[in-house]
Amino acid sequence: MSSSPKQLAAALLALAALGTASAQATYPGIGRAATPAEVKAWDIDVRPDFKGLPKGAGTVGQGQDIWETKCASCHGVFGESNEVFSPLVGGTTADDIKTGRVARLNDPGFPGRTTLMKASTVSTLWDYINRAMPWNAPKSLKTDEVYAVTAYLLSLGGIVPDDFKLSDANIADVQKRMPNRNGMTTAHAMWPGLGLGKPGAFDVKATACMHDCDTEPKVASLLPDHARNNNGNLAEQQRLVGPQRGVDTTRPAGARRDGPISVAATPAAAPAPAPATAAAPSATAAALALLKKHSCTACHGMDQKLVGPGFKQVATKYASRSDAEAYLAARIKSGGQGVWGPIPMPAQPLSDAELKTLAGWLAGGAPGR
Amino acid sequence: MNHDSPPSGRLLKAPENFLSPDGVRSVFDEAKQGRRDFVRQAFAAALAGGTAAAATAQAVADGDPNILTLPEHSTGLGQPVAAEGYGKPSRYEANVQRRPSPGLTQTTQASVSFAPLQSLFGIVTPSGLHFERHHQGWWDIDPSKHRLMVNGSDASLLKKPLVFTMDELMRLPSVSRFHFIECGANTGMEWGNVAVPTCQYTHGMLSCSEFTGVPLRVLFDLAGVDYKRARYVLAEGADGSSMTRTVPMELVESGEVLVAYGQNGEMLRPEQGYPLRLVVPGVQGVSWVKYLRRLEVGDQPYGTKDETIHYVDLMPGGLHRQYTSTQECKSVVTTPSGGQVLLDKGYYQISGLAWSGRGKVKRVDVTTDGGRNWRTARLQDPVMSKCLTRFTLDWQWDGKPAVLQSRAVDETGYVQPSTRQLRAVRGTRSIYHNNAIQSWLVEESGEVRNVQLS
Repeated sequence: MSSSPKQLAAALLALAALGTASAQATYPGIGRAATPAEVKAWDIDVRPDFKGLPKGAGTVGQGQDIWETKCASCHGVFGESNEVFSPLVGGTTADDIKTGRVARLNDPGFPGRTTLMKASTVSTLWDYINRAMPWNAPKSLKTDEVYAVTAYLLSLGGIVPDDFKLSDANIADVQKRMPNRNGMTTAHAMWPGLGLGKPGAFDVKATACMHDCDTEPKVASLLPDHARNNNGNLAEQQRLVGPQRGVDTTRPAGARRDGPISVAATPAAAPAPAPATAAAPSATAAALALLKKHSCTACHGMDQKLVGPGFKQVATKYASRSDAEAYLAARIKSGGQGVWGPIPMPAQPLSDAELKTLAGWLAGGAPGR
Repeated sequence: MNHDSPPSGRLLKAPENFLSPDGVRSVFDEAKQGRRDFVRQAFAAALAGGTAAAATAQAVADGDPNILTLPEHSTGLGQPVAAEGYGKPSRYEANVQRRPSPGLTQTTQASVSFAPLQSLFGIVTPSGLHFERHHQGWWDIDPSKHRLMVNGSDASLLKKPLVFTMDELMRLPSVSRFHFIECGANTGMEWGNVAVPTCQYTHGMLSCSEFTGVPLRVLFDLAGVDYKRARYVLAEGADGSSMTRTVPMELVESGEVLVAYGQNGEMLRPEQGYPLRLVVPGVQGVSWVKYLRRLEVGDQPYGTKDETIHYVDLMPGGLHRQYTSTQECKSVVTTPSGGQVLLDKGYYQISGLAWSGRGKVKRVDVTTDGGRNWRTARLQDPVMSKCLTRFTLDWQWDGKPAVLQSRAVDETGYVQPSTRQLRAVRGTRSIYHNNAIQSWLVEESGEVRNVQLS
């Protein structure tokens, strides 16, 4: 390609034209039209006016069956559990359903706030169950199953009767029975747009006094001494150089430091060596991969109880049992309830080979590496 | 605190200097229990060169052994280039970590970790220390397979729905801006009373980064959005919870809302939504949807789970405020702060962070007497809109108890309220949007404690 001043000028003109084009926000080659199938696949949101709600139906009874297999392990059989998430059900009354205001929201003595106490729109429940539940397998419920689970949840709060069938045709009527449907407001200055609330109407108005200000520098609240070490030893949570150090919260509050604070910065100790394990390392790795694949760690800690027992706790409990591997494989497969507490563990759809790997790993002491 | 305690680098008097500082502390501990034989053993160990402190009484007379005895790094050969392909902090910085607060959540996937504000300088949060809030666990998503869709709640709200690849988004004209991100529940544990010990846990759901991306307005223009009717935007994530939040179109039109892929010069970290997240300056973190897969324009707000059931503020009288989004003006002293202990009397630089979701921080005042008298702090440059601002103030600690507070004022004139002023309007059960003035009590021992005044 030859070049001359004339051609260069033309090229510059073309560049300038490009600049104009970008000001008009045209970017050739960038972005393409979404196909109807693509929009359908992703556009799953359901608004309070039920725009986006697919047709379908499900009964309370069907919902209960799904609930007990897929939901109860986190939320409790009656949506009442506080062990994993805040309770879904409780705190609402028949009178609230009439008024649309949950009276207990005014009772500071009532422990916590359940989902049904807060939810002002039933669309929100449907939308979230559809997009995000079950917690470890989101978007796995079919449309009718979402209706059924929503119906069961609503029945637990007495919002619909036990023989109710929820559908796209009657969900607007259910909205009129939501216990806290009138319990919300957007009259505040914290929406950064014009469509909601009261822009600029700050509710808390403080002034910036500088001298001899009216104050009460009396300590009204501080951490009790027994909670001193609750967040771990604070000495290990502060930089080892600079104007301050962390307080050694393993020592009593107010303990005089009789010696100088350690000024020699010591890097964290190397991780403790792995304990001797019965299972071969490759088997351990396979088991750990399965824990991840099947989201087992959502409910079980390695050492400690979360929702269910820690793996080490399971290993310890059955350590002396000669058929531990077979027993544990069967328990994982069938699920269960009662041995470790009231929260049921759902049946786990693992292959026999996977069951053997996991049960063998547990029976071998559940080594962490 | 024993005010004879020597801070780092100060010359020590004999005979303590025979021992490492740990050794000295042990000697005192043991001496109190009458176990003098320990002292003899310790001295013997020191003389045998068995402790880290090679210092001797002679060294004290001459000066600091750290100066007098050349260390290995002054007399040997250091490490090669690229020993780490992606460099790591010094091993002496291992205490500087983001941490969860024990007992706050029952699972580790629907949980939060707090940024160590007490150990950070300036205004930028190192990406690896950025606070985390996940609703259903985090993912590391293949960017070549990630897509962003723009559509409408109604087909008539835009000319055509569009799909973008990451390659395409990264070709578009980009901007880079510094903004803070704060969880709406930051300081939420402290509404009723003091609950946690350090500013990591009281204020650590706060971070600040330089974000790089495309103004969302550019994408909406390409799709031919009907701005007259489409006054709301739904942002949706690609992760399990497919997080959704409604964002006002006004913020998009202002050019502030970004579809961001860059953070502090590199790509977003997976914990922060790699490869794409929404940046909504001034608005609480839950609206900065991570793993952003879809933006829908609509003519109504969406009533999502995280704007009708969570992230709602319970007011006295039992009403929930919905769609509270703006993070109002707030500040916190980060040094000295709870859980720390001052090494000695004398000079300290009080330092902290101030921010406002409504624009720039105009002024920060600091008190050391619990709010009776205030002095105006220095603001470090740069001071940017909807971004953390670092403030500092000189202070001579006389060894007496002191209560430190900071109070920020933003460019709208809004003044950060005291706990009492905030509670008078919003009660104590709001959970969200606690922007009250934070108090730190410096005790005579030098220990700093989280307190609330009345």
